[in-house]
Amino acid sequence: MIRRITGWFNRHPRATLGALLAGPLGWISIVYLGSLLILLMHAFWSKDSFTGKVEPFNWTLDAFAQIFSNPVYFTIAARTIGIALLVTIAAAAIALPVAYYMARIASPRKRALLLVAVTMPLWASYLVKIYAWRTILQTNGLLGWAISPFGLEGPGLTEIANSWLVLTYLWLPYMILPVYAGLERIPNSLLEASADLGGRGWITFRRVIFPQLIPALAAGSIFTFSLSIGDYIVPDLVSDAKFIGNVIYDNSALGSFPVAAAFSFVPIIVMIGYLLFARRLGAFESL
Amino acid sequence: MKRFKGVTLLAVLALLVAACGGSTSESAAPSGDEKPAGWLEALGAAEGELNLIIWPGYAERGEYEGFNWVDPFEAETGCKVNVTAMTDSNNGVQLLQSGQYDGGSFSGDASVRLMTAGDVAPVNVDLLSNYAAVFSGLKNQAHNSKDGMPYGVPHGRGPNLLMWNTDVVTTAPTSWDAVWDGTAAVNGKISIYDSSIYIADAAIHLMAKRPELGIKNPYQLNEEQFAAAIDLLEKQRDLGVIYWGSYADQVAGFASGDLVIGTTWQFMANVLGGDTTAPKVETVMPAEGSTGWSDTWMMATKAANPNCMYLWMNHMMSAEANGQATVFFGEAATSEAACDYAETIAPGHCELTHASDEAYWESIWYRTTPREDCDDADAATTCKTQDDWVEAWTTLRGN
Amino acid sequence: MVESLLVRAVLRIFTGAVMVFIYLPLVILAVYAFNASPLGGWPPSGFTLDWFGEAAGSPAIRDALANSLTVATISTLLALILGTLAALAMQRYSFFGKNAISFLFVLPIALPGVVTGISLQSSFKLFGIDLGLHTIVIAHATFCVVVAYNNVVARLRRLPRSPEEASADLGADSWMTFRRITLPGMRTALLSGGLLAFALSFDEVIVTLFAAGPGTRTLPIWVFSELQRSYQLPVVNVVALLLVLVSVIPVWVAQRIGGGEITRGGR
Repeated sequence: MIRRITGWFNRHPRATLGALLAGPLGWISIVYLGSLLILLMHAFWSKDSFTGKVEPFNWTLDAFAQIFSNPVYFTIAARTIGIALLVTIAAAAIALPVAYYMARIASPRKRALLLVAVTMPLWASYLVKIYAWRTILQTNGLLGWAISPFGLEGPGLTEIANSWLVLTYLWLPYMILPVYAGLERIPNSLLEASADLGGRGWITFRRVIFPQLIPALAAGSIFTFSLSIGDYIVPDLVSDAKFIGNVIYDNSALGSFPVAAAFSFVPIIVMIGYLLFARRLGAFESL
Repeated sequence: MKRFKGVTLLAVLALLVAACGGSTSESAAPSGDEKPAGWLEALGAAEGELNLIIWPGYAERGEYEGFNWVDPFEAETGCKVNVTAMTDSNNGVQLLQSGQYDGGSFSGDASVRLMTAGDVAPVNVDLLSNYAAVFSGLKNQAHNSKDGMPYGVPHGRGPNLLMWNTDVVTTAPTSWDAVWDGTAAVNGKISIYDSSIYIADAAIHLMAKRPELGIKNPYQLNEEQFAAAIDLLEKQRDLGVIYWGSYADQVAGFASGDLVIGTTWQFMANVLGGDTTAPKVETVMPAEGSTGWSDTWMMATKAANPNCMYLWMNHMMSAEANGQATVFFGEAATSEAACDYAETIAPGHCELTHASDEAYWESIWYRTTPREDCDDADAATTCKTQDDWVEAWTTLRGN
Repeated sequence: MVESLLVRAVLRIFTGAVMVFIYLPLVILAVYAFNASPLGGWPPSGFTLDWFGEAAGSPAIRDALANSLTVATISTLLALILGTLAALAMQRYSFFGKNAISFLFVLPIALPGVVTGISLQSSFKLFGIDLGLHTIVIAHATFCVVVAYNNVVARLRRLPRSPEEASADLGADSWMTFRRITLPGMRTALLSGGLLAFALSFDEVIVTLFAAGPGTRTLPIWVFSELQRSYQLPVVNVVALLLVLVSVIPVWVAQRIGGGEITRGGR
């Protein structure tokens, strides 16, 4: 019986392809794309101004009008994208040396240990890590206590730089791991050849290693950038600035759902643009 | 042409009749066969589960110093209680409208919206044995009743207070000026409630400082009054404010010294007072008066567990539950019996919170929702709407 | 040895510093699990084991943990199945629209969680679907698919086709070939993908907040609501600390079995 079915599938490769894809594609299309479309439709629906209830299929551009007429939304979007880029750059700057050490210098035992060490924090609760940072960054927190001999005070919980720091901290493993994998893939022979040809360390790095790492960096940056651009819990807890995620969350939690839906267009468009750019750099093969 | 006129006239007359006919009923119970959605004629069997939206601290299970009025309820009724805490009233409205909850404890700026939208049901108080004992000043108010029918049962009421760290702010303030004008000692460490409803507090300050604006009701502001309030809030923000959304953040801030003065509920002062490592704090009701809240347990029209909800509402009016809950939160109890119970765990509690002192509550502006028609008899006035408030607050916080 | 001694030393020190940076908050987390005062100020005020006792006796924590394990297990299984099917399709065939589909699979994880969360919530509401464990599983499986997919695709790319061809030559039908040849070859990818998907689902909070009903709390939701109550910070730290300690085991095991592949081709 099984033979007859599998035999039939063998003779009809396109049917096999269809059967394989039907499940995952169907799921993603219906559950994810479908719900995303429903959300985006909400952006064009009106809502009762007193009760806050959405009136489905009552088409209007009110939500967009509100967003475009108030410059704060642009400020928030620019601020978020800026921080997300800074986080990506910082994560890459930290990840490169660490991954290089892990991949090329550390002994196999150390390498295994470091891999576990870098992966472990992913298992610690995201929320608890942020609260630990609050303890560090409060005016009289750990950091404040450590630098008080120099007459300085802790940053307190209103600095936007806190968000940059904590976001970089949270997403660092997501940048280290792909870069490590990318470095591991570079054959030793390539580096020896470069050295033989007279390329000293920095030149080898710049001309040989770095170009090979671009897909890995792009892959890691997808996570650091996207996770930063949508986050609303970190800016809420360690700074007083509002990010794109806060606008979306606040509006959805407080009854202005069409505005939340309309503003969602911003991160969606930005991320799709970023993904297309990253794909060109080869990120999808290094994910 | 003539025919159209006639039809139009008839239509207008019909509308008038319908409009007039609806407002004559004054009885507490619905008359005739037409029962409103969610109305319970009699108590049935408990369903075994209850999903509530609460203010944090309104459903305690004994994690804090033995205050527990949820476990006894579950044991007695078999209704397992699941709670979700709301961040502010706007959030509470959203949660209830999601359809996943049986009810919740709502302040006036949520309850009116929910009643208008039909999201909460009128309550058959004949089924609730503890209702009769509740203070009359809490019954049939604008925030918990509509068309003469009660829409919920009171949980407690309280004012928004000014709190300060006594080590840093050495002279006890008596006015809200302390958070509006700022001083070198407090700038950068001011704690303000992170919700659009706080605009009303700015209005209260303006009522005292700029009477020429003519603000009669801090929740109903016209264009000019609203602009002045926002301006004031921006100045305050520039002094260096840390806004609190969850009370735990405010408590942590005062404990660590990041905050030294701000607006609060008695509850947070109690929590800080109960911890020996925290700095000493004091609270006061400033001379200008304050905003306040009167919270009501309301049932969703589409509640999945209405019987459990009724049992809960009755439970929360009982002497032990209400006594414990109001002492815990630092708010005023809802009945004499609850006050008597409260005396046994916190002597002087009802005196301190003015539980039966109706005159005190005259100076408190209970939370309510801003309305376009200004909620007054004058048809000519227009005020900023709830939407305007939320948007203005988003702008204030976003910049 | 291509790098100079100086470079090696500098990199070693830098890595050490980064490890301190990475573990500092985790150390704080551990310290505050023993802190006498529940309010989280610095420095810690005293030592106590009370919070461990409280955590052990809490039915809320047990329920939340059970929910999290259930959701993570089911979501991981679903993600593995769907991800493997997709990987087989994308790796073994070429067809029109391949690029678009691989793009599509990345979206659930690339678009912000808050957007995914409110989309799912508004859709569930529109279709009158009650929120509960099942809706959480739906949400988690959706963004975990790409994790499984990436791992399996990377592995399939390196898997030689010759054993499969040999199997077919010897008369095995495709299902037997898949079960006996391909599947074992993918084992490490399934393990690493599954582990990562499990970790993702277990710690996910943003999307889960929107997809969970009032009575269904996963551990992250329990953490989120308890952190909003002043005096619960230490108990939460206790739970977080225990989770970190317990998770060393699967991470180490995966590392041994996968031999470094755990980190390749996935988050």
